[in-house]
Amino acid sequence: MQKKGVLPWLYIGPTLLILAFFLVYPTLGTLYLSFLDKHSKNFVGLRNYIWTLTSKDMLIAFRNNLLWLVLFTAFTVSLGLVLAVILDRVHYESVAKSIIFLPMAISFVSAGVIWKFMYAYRPANAPQIGLLNAIWTGLLNAKPIGWLVNRTTNNFALIAAGVWIWTGFCMVILSAAYKGIPRELIEAARVDGANEWQVFWRIILPLMKPTIAVVTTTMVINVLKVFDIVYVMTNGNYDTEVIANRMYKEMFHFHNFGRASSIAVILLLAIIPVMLVNIRRFQEQEAMR
Amino acid sequence: MKRLISVLTIALAIGLVVTACAPATPKVVKETVVVTKVVEKPVEVTKIVEKPVEVTKVVEKPVSRGAVTVLGVWGGDELANFQEAVYPFTEETGIGMAFEGTRDLAAVLTTRVEAGNPPDLAILPNPGQMHELAEKGALVDISTFMDMDQLKKDYSQSWLDLASYKGKLYGIFYKVANKSLVWYNPKAFKAAGYEVPTTWDELIALTEKIVADGKVPWCIGLESGAASGWPATDWIEDIMLRTAGPEVYDKWVNHEIPWTDPAVKHAWELFGKIARCEECVYGGTTGVLSTNFGDSPAPMFDSPPGCYMHRQASFITGFFPEGLKAGEDYDFFPFPPIDPKYGTPVLGGADLIVMFNDTPQARELMKYLASPKPQEIWAAKGGFISPNKRVSLDVYPDDLTRKMAKMVVEAEVFRFDASDLMPAAVGAGSFWKGTLDYVGGKDLDAVLKDIEASAVEAYKK
Repeated sequence: MQKKGVLPWLYIGPTLLILAFFLVYPTLGTLYLSFLDKHSKNFVGLRNYIWTLTSKDMLIAFRNNLLWLVLFTAFTVSLGLVLAVILDRVHYESVAKSIIFLPMAISFVSAGVIWKFMYAYRPANAPQIGLLNAIWTGLLNAKPIGWLVNRTTNNFALIAAGVWIWTGFCMVILSAAYKGIPRELIEAARVDGANEWQVFWRIILPLMKPTIAVVTTTMVINVLKVFDIVYVMTNGNYDTEVIANRMYKEMFHFHNFGRASSIAVILLLAIIPVMLVNIRRFQEQEAMR
Repeated sequence: MKRLISVLTIALAIGLVVTACAPATPKVVKETVVVTKVVEKPVEVTKIVEKPVEVTKVVEKPVSRGAVTVLGVWGGDELANFQEAVYPFTEETGIGMAFEGTRDLAAVLTTRVEAGNPPDLAILPNPGQMHELAEKGALVDISTFMDMDQLKKDYSQSWLDLASYKGKLYGIFYKVANKSLVWYNPKAFKAAGYEVPTTWDELIALTEKIVADGKVPWCIGLESGAASGWPATDWIEDIMLRTAGPEVYDKWVNHEIPWTDPAVKHAWELFGKIARCEECVYGGTTGVLSTNFGDSPAPMFDSPPGCYMHRQASFITGFFPEGLKAGEDYDFFPFPPIDPKYGTPVLGGADLIVMFNDTPQARELMKYLASPKPQEIWAAKGGFISPNKRVSLDVYPDDLTRKMAKMVVEAEVFRFDASDLMPAAVGAGSFWKGTLDYVGGKDLDAVLKDIEASAVEAYKK
């Protein structure tokens, strides 16, 4: 019997108040500012939104975020899944998992700085200090490449750095889900003559679907907000701009509060559907218990 | 027992406080000095001399008359030098200085002014914000209490004009940086038989000669994190001053001419002649874009030299490899004139001291900072050029700084870095990005069109 009345409200009241003050109020404030001009003095209607959705810089940012969305999510989740399944079978599992999870322990800015050095460029005749160029020129005897300034490679270089940081996170969660699968099912399948591939695709994957869905949506929400890596490594130059970085620039460098707010609102609108899916999945999982 | 101990502790504490607060009394002490002198005759002569020796200065230390709050970007060595420069003022007047340093000065200052809690003085790294603040009415017109005749004698008119807004004087310039310098390695030049160029044509000829010799003439590095591209803006500004002259330069800064104007395009093209030429720059254009500005001059000092020239402001000496001697291992020549009718202007930066609160202490500090003394103190430590004419060139620690200071003081035309004066969306945004796109190979007209589009938005009030 559910007890209705004031008691539940007393329990969640303080939290609701804090949420209202730190989350709801600023969101409404940002929404309000997005309709004003850069000094937040005059009403300009939808002008900021039109700029956000049509300007060349923002279109490049949207394209890049889409690239990040597809590649980053695909690689982190699939690599995490593969690692979770494979590492389960080796005796040095915990060591390997710790090493792969380690990048999550450092700040993303530090990771960005590390990768900036990895991609460092020096002219052909000078000693290479960047690991990638050292391998490229040393082993493959090719001319060094400016990975971060070359428009063909730079987005992928940044995404690679991002994948390096987040794969550990996906791997850990998927590993927990993998270990939750009853061993009898897999044994039974093997006894019935299924090969490893079939076991993976027909048994393991379907059973892990809910967790994979949650991890994927978490990664999607994450990648839409990507900022640190891009800010530290290229600052959005050479066509690597992303939405969050642009919002930061508009706000803190250009002091254009109207535009920055409109970018923030658009980002929020992009994330809300993903959040709703996430919450619904979470509720389904809870209902299953 | 416990009570006794606590009572004793309190008594001890009170005693300590009372002793510490006792005023110091000046003393005059008679000291006996024994002098032993051995002379030819084996007779020892001992002389007793009475000498009054002052242990403490008889001059009474002035009572502390409060402190002036100063907000600036300086920290570390720079701050230490500034504090030393202000120390004689505190000694003499008893007015202290409470300095607050922050790299994000614009944000902090804006917040404090809005909150109604501005510092007494602020040291702005460029005059751009001064106009904004003066417009708001936040600044004090210092001509109301400064000795204007003395100021007019000490500072050339262009310095006073640059510190004024709508006819009123709002600040004085303190620390100047000279940016129109081309650094080179004199030993490398001598070994290769190169001459220092004195005109733009000679500079281009030298560039081509070095390329023909199979070597690389220029080192340029544009990478600088979130500020990447700024060294290229300095190049273009220097060229702009020399090809279009100061009046057009000012129009360009105020967006009275568009970015697509032929004068602006011409300056970019001259820059591109060097920066976009693969053989002319160390590492090619990829090197230019990937190399950090602080790392870029290093190849000048390799053997064999990776490059021969590097155009950069005076502070770059702090990034040179250790152990180099000024004048022998590195030297500079002024960025040469291009159109002889515009001569050799100086592009530079300077710190501007402005006042928010009109208090007597702040007034005295402002008067002191405008005088030669604090300028001389820091100038002697290096890394500082004074715009004050009364500061003699002898106080500078080495010939190199002296040469730079002379260039600044004697310059007929001095202009501020344009990207510092433009609204941030252009000067710290599309201008920087535009130079990176241009060096990266983008078409110049497209680049200028993009900057112009952002400028139209940014300059709107």
